[in-house]
This record gives sequence, C-alpha cells and structure tokens, in this order.
Amino acid sequence: MRFSETWLRDWVSPDLTTQALADQITMAGLEVDAIEAVAGDFEGVVVAEVVAKEPHPSADKLNVCQVHDGSDEPVQVVCGAPNVAVGQKVPFARVNATLPGDFKIKKAKLRGVESRGMICSASELELEEGTSAGIWVLSNEAPIGVSLRDWLALDDHAIEVDLTPNRGDCLSLKGMAREVGVLSRLPVTTPNSDVVTATHQATFPVRVDSPAQCPRYAGRVIRGVDVSAVTPLWMTERLRRSGVRAIDPIVDVTNYVMLELGQPMHAFDLARLHDSIVVREAQDGERLTLLDGQEIALREGTLVIADAKQPLAIAGVMGGESSGVNASTRDIFLESAFFSPLAVAGQARSYGLHTDASHRFERGVDPQLAQVAIERATQLLLDIVGGEPGPVTDVTSPDYLPLGHAVILRRKRLDQCLALVMTDDDVVDILSRLGMRVSAIDAGWRVTVPSWRFDISLEEDLIEELARIHGYDQVPVRRPSARLKLSASNEARQPLARLRRHLVARGYQEAITYSFVAPELQEMLIPGASAPYLANPISADMSVMRASLLPGLVKALSHNLNRQQSRIRLFETGLVFRGELDELEQVAMLGGIVCGPRQPEGWSSSREGVDFFDLKGDLESLMALTQQPDAWRFEVGEHPGLHPGQTARILCHGRHVGWVGALHPGVRAGLGIKTNAVVFELELEALTQGTLPSFKPLSRHPDVRRDLALVVSDDVPVMALMDVIREQAGEWLVDMRLFDVYQGEGIEKGHKSLALGLTWQHPSRTLNDDEINQLVDAIVSEAKTRFAAVLRS
Amino acid sequence: MDHLPQLVAEARAAIEGAQDVQALDEVRVRFLGKKGEITALLKSLGRLPPDERPTAGERINEAKQVLADELETRKQTLQHAELEARLARERIDVTLPGRGEPTGGLHPVTRTLERIESLFAHIGFDVAVGPEIEDDYHNFEALNIPAQHPARGMADTFYFDASRLLRTHTSPVQVRTMKEQAPPIRIVCPGRVYRSDSDLTHTPMFHQVEGLLVDEDVSFADLKGTIEDFLKAFFERETLAVRFRPSYFPFTEPSAEVDIQCVMCGGEGCRVCSHSGWLEVMGCGMVHPEVFRHSGIDTERYTGFAFGMGAERLTMLRYGVNDLRLFFENDLRFLRQFG
Repeated sequence: MRFSETWLRDWVSPDLTTQALADQITMAGLEVDAIEAVAGDFEGVVVAEVVAKEPHPSADKLNVCQVHDGSDEPVQVVCGAPNVAVGQKVPFARVNATLPGDFKIKKAKLRGVESRGMICSASELELEEGTSAGIWVLSNEAPIGVSLRDWLALDDHAIEVDLTPNRGDCLSLKGMAREVGVLSRLPVTTPNSDVVTATHQATFPVRVDSPAQCPRYAGRVIRGVDVSAVTPLWMTERLRRSGVRAIDPIVDVTNYVMLELGQPMHAFDLARLHDSIVVREAQDGERLTLLDGQEIALREGTLVIADAKQPLAIAGVMGGESSGVNASTRDIFLESAFFSPLAVAGQARSYGLHTDASHRFERGVDPQLAQVAIERATQLLLDIVGGEPGPVTDVTSPDYLPLGHAVILRRKRLDQCLALVMTDDDVVDILSRLGMRVSAIDAGWRVTVPSWRFDISLEEDLIEELARIHGYDQVPVRRPSARLKLSASNEARQPLARLRRHLVARGYQEAITYSFVAPELQEMLIPGASAPYLANPISADMSVMRASLLPGLVKALSHNLNRQQSRIRLFETGLVFRGELDELEQVAMLGGIVCGPRQPEGWSSSREGVDFFDLKGDLESLMALTQQPDAWRFEVGEHPGLHPGQTARILCHGRHVGWVGALHPGVRAGLGIKTNAVVFELELEALTQGTLPSFKPLSRHPDVRRDLALVVSDDVPVMALMDVIREQAGEWLVDMRLFDVYQGEGIEKGHKSLALGLTWQHPSRTLNDDEINQLVDAIVSEAKTRFAAVLRS
Repeated sequence: MDHLPQLVAEARAAIEGAQDVQALDEVRVRFLGKKGEITALLKSLGRLPPDERPTAGERINEAKQVLADELETRKQTLQHAELEARLARERIDVTLPGRGEPTGGLHPVTRTLERIESLFAHIGFDVAVGPEIEDDYHNFEALNIPAQHPARGMADTFYFDASRLLRTHTSPVQVRTMKEQAPPIRIVCPGRVYRSDSDLTHTPMFHQVEGLLVDEDVSFADLKGTIEDFLKAFFERETLAVRFRPSYFPFTEPSAEVDIQCVMCGGEGCRVCSHSGWLEVMGCGMVHPEVFRHSGIDTERYTGFAFGMGAERLTMLRYGVNDLRLFFENDLRFLRQFG
C-alpha cells in the first residue's frame, strides 16, 4: 500500500514529523518500507502561460517562446519540446531556479537567441520516472505566477507500507487513517459520501446465482457521461503519489475510490451489456478476453460477472475487454460488490493474474462498504464526467453476509499472555477506536468485531490488537521458568558434530550443495536413479531431487578445479531422496570427494596423487569412532559412476550402507575432470550407531608374534584370506596385520605374496611354542585348501 | 723403574694427543690396560728387593691414579666435544613449515547452526529434525495456513504434486514434535528449507532454525526475554538493542518481527541496514491456538512461543559476508575462511 502523506493528513494529522509518523505506523505492525519525496528537489519553478511561439531562426527543432510568468513583461525562452503550444499552462523554471540534481538555470543563448529560463517536463522535476515525451502541460486552472511546489503541495511524501496479508482493512486511506487515529488517539474525518439523488429511474437487471460467493452486488446506471473530460490534476496527483497511473476519468475515479475507501469497483459500458448482469460460476472452458488483451479459458467454479450472453469479468479480479469503457462510451453501469474472500482467493493466481482488486478481495473488503463507495464514486463521476445517475440496484443476500461477530476477552487470559496488566480504560479505549463495540462482562469483555476486520475471530486476536496498539515495548522482559529435568543421553551414539569434526581434522572442508540437481548430471553418475522431480523448478539444472550426494560434490569439485584449486577434499551431510513420491525414502548421508596430491605441496611432501586407499583410510578412521571393528566390511563392488576395478561396497552389520571408489574415467571425461577423484557416500545412521567401551583385563603374560608370507593368486581378496586366518587362529589372537604385499621377482606371475604379522597372547598364562606352531599349521593348511596358498620360504 | 717419569710423560702426551674417545681408549689400554706399560711396571715389582717394593709400588700406583684421572678428564672433554659436534650437525631450521595434513573446516552455515543449537541447549532445548519433502498438511494446514490463505503466496513453494512439496520452513518439525510429545516441550529445529526465489538476496535453498517452547504459563514476556538473551549471546554484545515489531504469521499470535541494532554500524545507519540503524533478524510469536488444536494440545492449560531465523542471514551479519550466493558455491577460497 502506497499513499501520499498529505492525503492521509486530510483524514487525521498527528503532530509528528514524517519519519516519526512512519515509525509509529511501523511499530504498530504496518511496516513502512520506504518514504519517498513525491517530486524532485527544485526551487523557483512557477506556473506560466505560453503566449507566443515562433520557430527558431537557425534550428529546426527549437522554438522561441514568450511565456507569461506573472511578471510585468513576457519572458523569452527557447524550448525544444515538440508539444509546446500557445495557450498552454506550463511549469516554468525562472532564471536562478534550481532543478533536481542541483542544476541552476541561467540566462543563456541558444544558437544565438537569448533564453531566460526553461519550460520543464514532468521527469525533469522528478514527478515521473524515465524521460517524459515533452513538456508537462498543466490544467487550465493552474494559477499563473504561483510556485508549482506550493500549488501542487509537492512538499509531500509517498509512504510505502508493506502490509501483512491479515490487514486487508488497511489497503485504503480510510484504513490507514483509522490505524493512525487509534495510535495517536485522535478523531478521524471521513470524506463526504452522501446518497446521490437519482435523476432518472433507469436500472439494469442484476441476478446473483451464487449468493455465497457474492453476498452483495450494487450497481447503478449513469447516463450520458463525457469520457473525453480530463481528470483533475488533484486526483491524478493523488493517484500518482499512490503509485497508480491515470488512464481515463472513469477508471481514475474507480481507482481513486478504491484507494480512498478500499472498495474495488468496475465500470461497464452499458451499451455493450446484454439483457442483465448475472453473477455465477463459470463453466469449464468458457472463454473471456481480459482488459489486458489476454484470452483465457475459464475453469468451472470461477466466479464470473456475466450477461445473458457471455462472461464479462472474473469477479473481483479483472474486467473483460468487450464490456469495458472506451472512448465512445455514453452510458455506464457501475459495479460495487462484495465477493467473499474464499470466492476470490487463489483465482487470480491460478490464471497468472494479480490485480489491485484481487489483492483486496482475497484479504477481505468490508461488506458494508459497497453502498458507501458507489455513492462516493457517483458523486466524483458527476463532478468530472457529468451524466445522469439512476437509482442503486442492491442485491444483498443477508444469509451470506458476514455479520459482526462477538468475541469474549478474558481479563485473566490477557494478563497471563502479556505478563502485564492494562487498565480497563485502556482496553476499552483501544478496542473502541479500532471500531469494536465493547461491553464489560464478569470475566472481562464482550467485543463485537467490525465488518472490515476479517482477521479477528479469537480471543488471541484481540490480545494481539491490544498488545500492538499498547506497544510491544511495554511488555516486560522475563525468562521462561522450567523444571530442571535431565534428558536422556545415548552415549554410544556418535553425534553428527563429532563425525564432522573428525573429517575436518583430517583435512576435509565441509560443503553445502543444493538438494536439487541437474537431471543429466545425476543420470551420468547414477544411471537409472529414481528421485522426485519438482513440478515448478527454478531452472532445469535444479529440477530433480538428489538421489545421492555425488552430483553436488562433483559439481563443487569442478567449481574448484576451474578456479586453480588442485588439492580438494570436501564432504557434505544431508538428505538424499530415493524412489518415487509414494515410496519415497529421505535418507541422511555422509559423502566426500578428494582429488589432487596426497599431501599438500611442501618442502617435504611427495607429489603422489590420492588414491582409493587414502579415502578408505579416512573412512576406516571414521568407522573406528563407532568402536565396532567387526561391524564394517568393504566388498568388491560395481557402481556405474565408479571405476570398475576400484570400487567397494560398504557394509555395516551385513547391510549395504554405502560406496567408495574412484570416479569412472568415462564419467570424468564427460564432466571435464582431468584428475583422478575418489568419492564415498554412506548412510549416516550406520556411523552414528556406536558401542560403549567394554573393559577387558590386561594380560601379564608375554605375547608371541609369528610372521607368515603366503603366496596366493592375484584375484584372491586379502579380506577373504584374513577372514580364514582369523577363523583358524583361535581365541588368543590379539592382533593381525598385513605388513607387505609383494609381486615381482621370485613370485610367480599372476600371484602375490602377502606378509602377515600375527600376535597371540593368553590372558592368564604364557603360551608355548607347540601351541602356536599348531595354530600356524592349521592356518597354512586351511589357506592352502581354500585359496591354494603356498607358504613362502 | 727409573723410566717411570718418562713413561708418565709419554702417557700424558698420548692423552693430550688423543682426538677422540676411541683413540683415548687405545691410550688407556696402552698404559693402563691388562697388558699396559704401567701395568707391566706393577707386575715387575716382584723383581725389586723387598724393602724397595712398597715405595716403588706407591709411586707406580700414584702415577697410575694420576693417569687414570687425566684419562677420565680427557674423556669427558672429548665426549663433550663430540656431543657438541653432533648437536651442531643435527641443527635444523625450526622455522620450516610442519609436515602433515592441514586442518579443514566446517561450512560457515554449519558453524552458525551449531552455535545456535548450543546456545539453546544451555537452557534445555533439544534438537529436533524432520523430512524435507513434506506434505501440505504439515507445512501449511496444521500451521493454520489453509489452502486459499493469502499467506501461501508469501512463501513461493516448490511442489512435486498437488499435496507434496519441499518444506518452506522447519515448522513442520514443530507440528510433528507436538503430536508425538506432551508438554513441556523445548526444541530447536535446524535444517534446510526451500523457496522458489533466486536473486541477489535469495537462494532457492537456505537454512532455518526454529524454536518452540510449550509449557504452562508461558507469556509474550518470556518470549521477549528468550529472544533478547539469544541475540545478545549470539552476537556477543551485552548492550545490543533489540526491538519487537508487530507482524503477522498465520501460526503465531501475537506475532512479532525482531530487529536488532545494526551490528555493522552500531545503529548509525549504513548500507547493510538501509540507513535505518535496524536489522530484521527473525520472526516470532505466541503459538496460535489453531496450531495447538491440530496437535491435540490443550489451549487452556498450555501456552507457548515459537521463533524462526535464517542461518545464512545471521552468518552474514556475524562474519561480514556480503554475498549470499557464496554459501552454496563451495569455493574453497570462501570455505577456508571459516575453518
């Protein structure tokens, strides 16, 4: 809502500066977004009349004009505007005037002709955005010699208020003035809207088929209007300062009344209406060409204003082209109706429209306003375009008209909610000024809500009104009190924060990427992934939900590679979305990506690049936090986005929970990533489920270590061999480590030698050689049976 | 016997001449070892007449002792010199950079979220989370935003179909918590939220933290106290001015926008606060009875307050970040500034 300060002050004028007034409004919940001067900063501009005009002797596009600015002699001025003409009243900047931008007007010679001043355009005075087509021609009543600034009261401000959707009642000067009146505790004056006496009895029939959606429809025929009349400057100025463009006098009046009182109105060309006005629901597919020229197909249920033949307008949203007022209109039918918020809500948006009318009707227009507004508009129209008014046709269905309902406000509840005690006088005064009828009852008050307040139906609504007007700053500051209750805490669970910090300590930087990704990227990394698509994405490359963290991480990697970063370690946590909507899983994941040298460049670092095992090491270190060494396994895996020979499935307690592997070279080529990159992703839940430490007594007896070198075929997974060894090594095995993997001289081609160190220790006695030799024999023999392993001598 | 002084002199010269511990030990062996020259003199005592033996023995032993002492002294000197030399050899440039993995860092938004969570944890708020693909009921309906409510236009929602959408706020988590848990309730709900808006000051995804407190006798005054304390603690400014401005949210009543004195200019007016001296940082209010009703909470017995804030905005103000879009580009040059 944008309005002029002086216009508001016609209704109610508290003794406050503009800024203080704006602050007062803001602090009452009607946030002032901007205060703007309604004209540029200028001085020395007066109304003048062009009394003579001759072509410039030596310039085609210039005219030499004589203007009468109230001084004794006419003033000569050279003017380049194409529209300058004798008899015009114009804004005239005298010599020594200052125009916006601190531009001083001086005596000048233009192509040899003296010019003493400047005839101004609206944009030069900053009364219009952009560049005006020519000089600003004022209306004839403009008084010559009078300062333009004084005459138009340009020391005014346009105040822009960002209203919340509950305050439809403030979408007018009347509503804003009411609020200011309450805040300043001042009376508010309203403009005259006496009933206009009909000068003939002509009416146009109105039938309302949908009374629930349109409980009131008032209309009036005005005959013989002069649409060529010019809207007076005071009105176009008020419209302009309220951000509304002047169009023609009839539209200007309906817009003016909408701004003034809050009632959206519409004028039909009576000659273009057939038989009667019918307010009804549209049938599916009925067509309507709107005022803006757009043709739409109506949907069933949309409330329309129709005549006997066709729909004429979407009720409360926009009129149609075929029935609107135009230059040849002589008789009009003026509409002033109340459409219920539910009938209009969502309709405009569903047709891609948003209008001043729909904005107001969706939020609620005072149902009692229609008659007042039609009288006010009629009077203004008679003043401007003349014509003969008929009587008002008012079709009201009282059953559907919202009535002022009563709300009980309890003193106890009010005191409790605000933790302060307002006096009875304050309560009654504030509510009464807001237009409520208040009567005292035992528990507090019975409050009848005025017809313009659609947002008040509960006790809390009244408490809010009281708090708002009384001032939120008056509410004390207190701290909530609560029972000190310890909440349960699962120690075995790893908080996400700990996992994050663990990766940070290992050199990872946390990334946050969008949860929606480009479908092509997702398809490239996880072909066939099923994830929900947005119906209204912001762009095609953000249109499908991520089924994995990989697309986002890969994109972040590319972003950094393209910015000369060579060593990248990123991780992210967040939900991924798997499956169609109906079987959707939203799973919290932890993922990472690394590329570049294993160690940061430095005086003692190697230049070797990271590989699978660097990342696997990081994962193992994360897994160690869960204190469940036996829960985790890595198995040879296949993933379409990953290198077929460098990919492992991650299992936790036998369940597949993630992947680790090098990006597939083909995928990398497709993404333009030149360096090897290794990625992982796993379900967060698996990492957060830990185990409590459980103490085992320390043995006092020496441990025994034996080293074995076993030669097996290249394709035997080490893990499988180690599993077998562990099975055979008995319960006293306390440590097993693989300390060498060797291929080359001395080992048959296609084979590898695995060197393992095994350590045994008995809790309560010293182990003897025989026992250990037996175990080693068992290991070697089982390894031979299962994997054809040969002990290397 | 007569050559004892000469022998001692020889030994002394050899001790002085030894340049390392090993050479010195060879000198010791030569003179004092089992087959050493001084040792040999002692062994030859038996060949002297008995009356000369004590005196001669004493002289030899004295000489032996003197040499042993000198050997020891020389040994210590040599050892010390060797240690010095070794230490000199082992000198390194301690100003060379250390070896190993440099530390990474948390995303600045995570930093902010964790900080907010921790501040509220201190006064007994638990963290609650929920799904990001929500249904219309939890995101709107249960929060008193029915289908045609104009407030639906306030949040430009991403939809999947008629009823499923990306949550526009983390309030659905509050709804889910209130359905599952009886009061008293104290939770904060951090997480990603989505709105179909993308320009200089909006990203289609951002993070919110919402809070909810439900108990008996909770008032607007309690809300004011909690929010003021939080903002002062978050910005570590005990004198930070905080103001509550009436506003509207369908799910709270009374509702307020919270402004703080601009942390960039101290309220003097600058570009960040549009020269108003104030910054809007969060919204809050008393839980609307309709929301309680949807969750089956007795509105006569319980009251509560809720609040919500944007993590990116608070992060920008706290660390002086001037471009919202940097948060999701994941440029390492940006991320590393918050490690």
